[in-house]
Amino acid sequence: MEAEIKSINDIQEEIIQEFEVYDDWMDKYNYIIELSRSLPVIDPKLKINCNLISGCQSKVWLNAVYTDGVIKYSADSDAIITKGIIALLIRVLSGRKPDEILNADLYFIDKIGLRQNLSPTRSNGLLAMIKQMKLYALAFKTKYEKTL
Amino acid sequence: MDINKIRADFPILKEEVYGKPLVYFDNGATTQKPLQVIDCINHFHRHKNSSIHRGVHFLSDQATEEYEKAREAVRSFINASYAHEVIFTSGTTGSINGVAFSFGEKYVHENDEIVISEMEHHANIVPWQMLCERKNARLKIIPFDDKGLLNIEQFEKLLNEKTRIIAITHASNTLATINPVKEIIKIAHRHNIPVLVDGAQSVPHLPVDVQDMDCDFFVFSGHKIYGPTGIGVLYGKEKWLNEIPPFQGGGDMVEKVTFEKTTYNQLPYRFEAGTTNYIGAICLIKALEYVQSIGLLEIQEHEHNLLSYATKRLDDLGYITIYGRAPQKTSLISFNINDIHHYDAGMVLDKMGIAMRTGTHCAQPVMQHYGIDGNIRASFGLYNTTEEIDLLIEGIKKVKTMFG
Repeated sequence: MEAEIKSINDIQEEIIQEFEVYDDWMDKYNYIIELSRSLPVIDPKLKINCNLISGCQSKVWLNAVYTDGVIKYSADSDAIITKGIIALLIRVLSGRKPDEILNADLYFIDKIGLRQNLSPTRSNGLLAMIKQMKLYALAFKTKYEKTL
Repeated sequence: MDINKIRADFPILKEEVYGKPLVYFDNGATTQKPLQVIDCINHFHRHKNSSIHRGVHFLSDQATEEYEKAREAVRSFINASYAHEVIFTSGTTGSINGVAFSFGEKYVHENDEIVISEMEHHANIVPWQMLCERKNARLKIIPFDDKGLLNIEQFEKLLNEKTRIIAITHASNTLATINPVKEIIKIAHRHNIPVLVDGAQSVPHLPVDVQDMDCDFFVFSGHKIYGPTGIGVLYGKEKWLNEIPPFQGGGDMVEKVTFEKTTYNQLPYRFEAGTTNYIGAICLIKALEYVQSIGLLEIQEHEHNLLSYATKRLDDLGYITIYGRAPQKTSLISFNINDIHHYDAGMVLDKMGIAMRTGTHCAQPVMQHYGIDGNIRASFGLYNTTEEIDLLIEGIKKVKTMFG
């Protein structure tokens, strides 16, 4: 249960520490490739166009469900590096309350040197994915929490 | 060709990225600049800057004179008949948009047809599509086969009394195919149809003679031929440039302005509204001189060797798909590492210091032809070496072990 009480920033710090041991880019990417395998893969039935966040270079499918006050994400991508970064995002944001997700400052991406993956010119769907994750949070908050 | 001497002229080639020596294989997107061009831009700003065609003062006169020298240098470079057939624009995109607008205003009407090819860069698709939407005209497409060769028979069948203009690339930015533009133009002219040739990807790699080609319009960009960015050329036959209306209004392009009516200046000024990128034009001379001092035939031979070497080495790997196998190619290769996403490959190769473009290269219909989302493009310039290609091959092997 310990993982349940870790805050978003606790997890971000954890990830930053994990990446600190890699001073070589190739090792870093190998670790991201490894992480890509841990991704809660989206149900193939949900890999449909309305769940597709289309970037110019790689595709991202994202789904979200709201249960017991928290949002659970699942996702997939056709590019492995993108998939690995998504796995990190899900680790940080999945299972959180909508407000936590909405207020999250995802500084770990910059700290582990993957900022360039978020630049709009990369068009790899990651930036759009974060936006979409937050949009889900806003939608669920509006739908389920307004009347509470 | 002394490659070491050439490389010494391009200071950026000494840069390191991620602690690795830069291997610059993105020449199809833009080329690096030799010292001659860099110094020209610096020197002009320090000692000679002044707006052209306006003042009577010393600096303005001098700048005007150099600007017109640039026009003459371009004329000579592409062997146009007259200097006033050379219009300076912002680049290839600017040139094509200008012609599509201006020619379209006068000659394209409802149900008319415009012919382009399946291998065009978006810059030679979208302006014509916009024209078709404005005029309710139709776009007709010349297909290419899997090798990357245009179907010339099909092309001729597309032509009819409704065809107003043909816009075709000289060399494909994705497949590298050098198209038989002379033959295409000959066929088009038999039907009295003018042809615009997109030379963005040909001018840096092979000698161009617009009179011999007999094209009606020819366009290219300065930054792809080792010159400054933001400067481009629109060549048009005198008779066409006198026929079509100006595409932009403003200063310098007018003869007389009253609120009732404005009359336009003569060629080439009627197409150069406002303050042009005169420093870009003037320093483009240095780039053209640089290319000429080496010789386009020598450059072509060197680049052909790079292309052959890279093609062979990639084929030898046994897990590479190359897109575009035309017998006549410029020095670029589009490829995928089988079963590995081009984005993953590009990200890792980038960290090895190899600069390439991944994605659709602004030619999405080409990707659609092959049913792919994108690929990797290695495009070589006059300063590249086979040793650099070896580094690419080593990089690809590494990618294969990581993702394969």
